[in-house]
Amino acid sequence: MKNIIKGNAYVVGDSVDTDVIIPARFLTSDNADELAAHCMEDLDKDFSKKVKKGDIIVAGDNFGCGSSREHAPIAIKASGISAVIAKSFARIFLRNCINIGLMVFVCDMKKDARAGDEITIDMRKGEIINARAKKIYKVKPVPEFIKKIVSFGGLLNYAVQRGR
Amino acid sequence: MNYVENILSHASGRKSVSAGEYIEARCDTVLMNDVTGPLAVKEFLKRGKKIKNPGSVVIVCDHFTPNKDIKSAENVKFLRDFARKQKIRFFEIGNGGVEHVILPEKGIVKPGDVVIGADSHTCTYGALGAFSTGVGSTDVAFAMLMGKIWFMVPEVMEFVYSGKKGKFITGKDLILLTIGKIGVNGANYKAMKFAGTVISALSMDERFTMCNMAIEAGGKAGFVVPDKKTADYVKGRPGRKARNFADGPSAQTFKMDISAVKPLVASPHLPDKVGPAARLNKVKIDQAVIGSCTNGRISDFAQAAKIMKGRKISAGLRCIILPGSQEVYAEAMKKGYIETFLKAGCVIAPPTCGPCLGGHMGILAGGETAISTTNRNFVGRMGAVSSRVYLASPYTAAASAVRGRIISPEQL
Ligand code: SF4
Repeated sequence: MKNIIKGNAYVVGDSVDTDVIIPARFLTSDNADELAAHCMEDLDKDFSKKVKKGDIIVAGDNFGCGSSREHAPIAIKASGISAVIAKSFARIFLRNCINIGLMVFVCDMKKDARAGDEITIDMRKGEIINARAKKIYKVKPVPEFIKKIVSFGGLLNYAVQRGR
Repeated sequence: MNYVENILSHASGRKSVSAGEYIEARCDTVLMNDVTGPLAVKEFLKRGKKIKNPGSVVIVCDHFTPNKDIKSAENVKFLRDFARKQKIRFFEIGNGGVEHVILPEKGIVKPGDVVIGADSHTCTYGALGAFSTGVGSTDVAFAMLMGKIWFMVPEVMEFVYSGKKGKFITGKDLILLTIGKIGVNGANYKAMKFAGTVISALSMDERFTMCNMAIEAGGKAGFVVPDKKTADYVKGRPGRKARNFADGPSAQTFKMDISAVKPLVASPHLPDKVGPAARLNKVKIDQAVIGSCTNGRISDFAQAAKIMKGRKISAGLRCIILPGSQEVYAEAMKKGYIETFLKAGCVIAPPTCGPCLGGHMGILAGGETAISTTNRNFVGRMGAVSSRVYLASPYTAAASAVRGRIISPEQL
């Protein structure tokens, strides 16, 4: 696993729900690229065009609330987003991210963030840097149990490698 | 230990567990549907051949059924074939309905069970005193491989309701009141316990409604400690016996006197934007939806029928009735509710999720407004991005359908 993630911020507000991340009308597919083409469409119809590989979503409270559809983190990951940082995450969404290996960080940094800001996540130090805002934030530490799943590369790899 | 900790210590084979601990627990029931199932099964098949505990796995196809297009038909076919091969329970249209209505009906969930489902409203079964929570497709694949699942033991947030329930006040109003008070992430990661004299007197159907919407406050689970009403509900249904667990103190307690509460509505676009229905009389509606895993049970239709009896829905409005299951549908026919709805000008859909998630059978056009007994009013939830959904009880939705504007049933 890399220790530094660098990318440009795509900033959203509070309670971004899984219905806007990937609306139900696209849920007859679980193909990652098809889902990515419609990611965030109901919030920002140009999201899939705007977003560049490596970009980082910076969000407020309760990111990913609503439905349990794993299609939501799959769509985000396949759009090229390298990590999601939020003040808080809705529980099922967070679980799904851990399970599929989309990097998520709990950190309250949205209030100073602007679209396009260069964000550096230093996982070893547990810090996030916003260069333009000249701010350094601490990331909420990840529980050991979760670290183990992530280090195996997701839940199912953990299951298989543990020898079922 | 409290009720949740007792269930989870039993399911994880530990002497004791406490809030904040990570555990692996046995699952009595593992649920998936036609949206989350295909992904779970594909992930499972990459790594395994046979389900560890086939008796625990249940597939219900309800979101896009009767299938709305070729893709959804292919998904259901894929799940049906998988179910046959693995010899697991599969609910087809004609013997099923909406997952969270049929699992308790068929006796699949019992008090004291641990249930996971790749559907966020799996929290519904807490009404039976199960520890029941929504997860993702990968979790279901894991549970099929391993026969268990990881949890963080949640803290319990207790809500104690007292006072005299006003006319037309239902479980839906109580849960909207609660979500309005604590907000859409007010119970994030926590198990919401519903208690007090009001809950003791509440019907099982309305307890299902309340637990169903725990997730709308971010709750991991919602539950009512089993009592005589729970035992009566379970009696005579097939399946496992109930397991009894003791309760203990909760981390937080909120007390609410509900005597002055009037029928409530959640306005777009979050379930915590709650206020009295009577203050929304200016809102004109194009469609009313009565049904879903929140309010698609027999007493919900009894309430709606009481309002609609001898009345007609407002000209130019569409009212869609969605029985939650075949059993509910049959019962509603027998009791004459279906006839009441037909005479009032409603259309009766088959048991399906349909418009609840903007799937099919009642999608809103741009700029349209609906009042609905479902659980979510997010942007675009029932159709076009510019459409709007107001959440309410069956009484309030039916009264509003009659008037053509949002009203409190008291105003009819
Ligand atoms: S009725 Fe609505 S909320 Fe319930 S399971 Fe179906 S789509 Fe989900």
